[in-house]
Amino acid sequence: MDYVSSFALSLPEEILSAGAIVLMLVVAWAGDKSARVIGYVSVALLAAAAVALIGAPTSGAVGYAGAFHADTFAGFAKLLIYVSSAVAILIAPGFFETDNEPLRAEYSVLILLAAVGMGMMVSAADLLTLYVGLELNSLASYVLASFLRRDSRSAESGLKYFVLGALASGILLYGISLLYGFSGGTGFATVAQAFHGTTHGDPAYYGLLFGLVFVLAGLAFKIAAVPFHMWTPDVYEGAPTPVTAFFASAPKVAAMALTTRVAISAMGPATHDWQQIVIFCALASTILGGVAAIGQTNIKRLLAYSSINNVGFILFGLVPGTAEGASSVLFYLTIYIAMTLGSLICVLQMRTKDGLPTEQIASLAGLSRTRPGLAAAFAIFMFSLAGIPPLFGFWGKWEVFSALVAAGFWPLALIGIATSVIGAFYYLKIVKTIYFDEPAVELAPSRSLIEGVLIAIAALFVSPLGYLLIPAIELGTNAAAKSLF
Amino acid sequence: MIQTLAFYLFAIMVCLSGLLTITARNPVHSVLWLILAFFNAAGLMLLLGAEFIAMLLVIVYVGAVAVLFLFVVMMLDIDFSELRAGVARYAIFGFALAAAMAVEIVVAVGAWEAGPIQTAGRAAPTPDPAAVPNIQALGTLLYTKYLFVFEGAGLVLLVAMIGAIVLTHRNRGGVRKQNIAYQNRRRPQDATRMTNPPVGQGVEL
Repeated sequence: MDYVSSFALSLPEEILSAGAIVLMLVVAWAGDKSARVIGYVSVALLAAAAVALIGAPTSGAVGYAGAFHADTFAGFAKLLIYVSSAVAILIAPGFFETDNEPLRAEYSVLILLAAVGMGMMVSAADLLTLYVGLELNSLASYVLASFLRRDSRSAESGLKYFVLGALASGILLYGISLLYGFSGGTGFATVAQAFHGTTHGDPAYYGLLFGLVFVLAGLAFKIAAVPFHMWTPDVYEGAPTPVTAFFASAPKVAAMALTTRVAISAMGPATHDWQQIVIFCALASTILGGVAAIGQTNIKRLLAYSSINNVGFILFGLVPGTAEGASSVLFYLTIYIAMTLGSLICVLQMRTKDGLPTEQIASLAGLSRTRPGLAAAFAIFMFSLAGIPPLFGFWGKWEVFSALVAAGFWPLALIGIATSVIGAFYYLKIVKTIYFDEPAVELAPSRSLIEGVLIAIAALFVSPLGYLLIPAIELGTNAAAKSLF
Repeated sequence: MIQTLAFYLFAIMVCLSGLLTITARNPVHSVLWLILAFFNAAGLMLLLGAEFIAMLLVIVYVGAVAVLFLFVVMMLDIDFSELRAGVARYAIFGFALAAAMAVEIVVAVGAWEAGPIQTAGRAAPTPDPAAVPNIQALGTLLYTKYLFVFEGAGLVLLVAMIGAIVLTHRNRGGVRKQNIAYQNRRRPQDATRMTNPPVGQGVEL
């Protein structure tokens, strides 16, 4: 494949990176006054990148001498990434303006560059692309986490994320170096071939196996799966709420899609070896994410544990290592970003009368009487996250567990369903606080139209109306999963 | 002949400056000896025909790392005599580490004698060093096979730069910035005022 056609494959990344560089220049002269306009232009760029996915970038070709895989799987994940990045840009100005620290215009630029990195991650066909994409996304994330400079919690979360992220990158790189050493190449195809060519008892096989374990550990950190989840609650709590919404959606999609691709296309022949790791992470995440959330009083910490819990369910979809499983992973991710973005935009609405943001669950008490619309939306997201049947969140779990059962993992599916009951407890506790407790703190009325519209769209998507979209989403996820095999 | 002479020159200088790095009393001198060691190591690399690594040693180790060390040593008020006071307490630990390292060296030499681990063949074999200089070989690889990753690494550095500025740059009020065009436009009559006060009366400013 020559380079001109390779350029066509990564058109969305090129649009975003060229756009980000130009916007950076605009920011340098126009200053922070232009933050809102830069934000809208960035959203337009993300939309343009999403449109550019049609054609060569989803043709299934491999470009750049085997470094970049432009298939439907990457295309579907990129669509989710671009949508959630755009939402994170749109909800930012409202939050920062009430906080006496106007939004700095670099926010949108950093999110665009993070989106480029996430695009590289999901399209990676080579361990080097994987690592560079991951670092691009992570570095932008570290900066975004400490974006609120006058808040020491934000600085703390950025530093914590940076130190632990560097550790995870080190573990990942160690794994990559082992895989490279024992397979002779960094391409996923070469690694898969090396796994195929060796058997248990071969010394080279154990080298590859160590590489596999380290790579999966590094990736588990990025998706915040137990036992590599420790950073999540602190980072989610400290980061500014729009950034938390970003962390909980786009990078999670990217890292999850990346893990799926690495597991299936690079380590496919070693499915039995990584299956144990994934099963352990999935079980531990669902259980710990459920149990640890119960005692939380801060809604952002609670949602962090909720995201750990959800990652566990998504990992259940990866366990069989089949096309059906990969399709259920993407399906769950689609619903998950709607639920999690929706609930975090609701958290964004929690401001006291004097305009200060509050994050205590107690201040949600009696929300149904003061802000019935917001209360209803919150309740929809909580019920959906709990996976209670009429809502769309249930269908994501259904897809995952039916993929498990189809592959013969029915005891695991039963345990998974049992753990989802633990999670339901604390989601329902929030609904109870909203609907049945006496009003405690009066919250200020919403001021942003965009946030209201986004909440409405997300709530409609996860409401039973979402079931109408199942054929359309399944068309996408099935085509995407098929392109992996 | 000249290679042998150069090798012994560089090798002796590396060993000597390494020794002086750890024995110098003044930490600033230690870092300066370290820089000399790096330079001589770069010379050894040149003798091996690895000119890229030689340049890298000079640019990265001497130009960045050692200078950074120097800054740290000069800025932090470390009392080295106090640090040395605990030598006797940690001596056993130090000897244990040294013993472990010695064992490792023996094992490594033994393993080396036994031949390498059977890894798969290399995907990107090095071109013949006699035909292609290794800077050119690396450049060809970076700008063809690894072009995409190379550009991605460029973006990573851009993000690091933006991040450092975003997190530390503050707009302070009351700062007098240089405006060269304005300063050059200024004429004596804008800045000075001629007055002719009567004798005995002051000037009103």
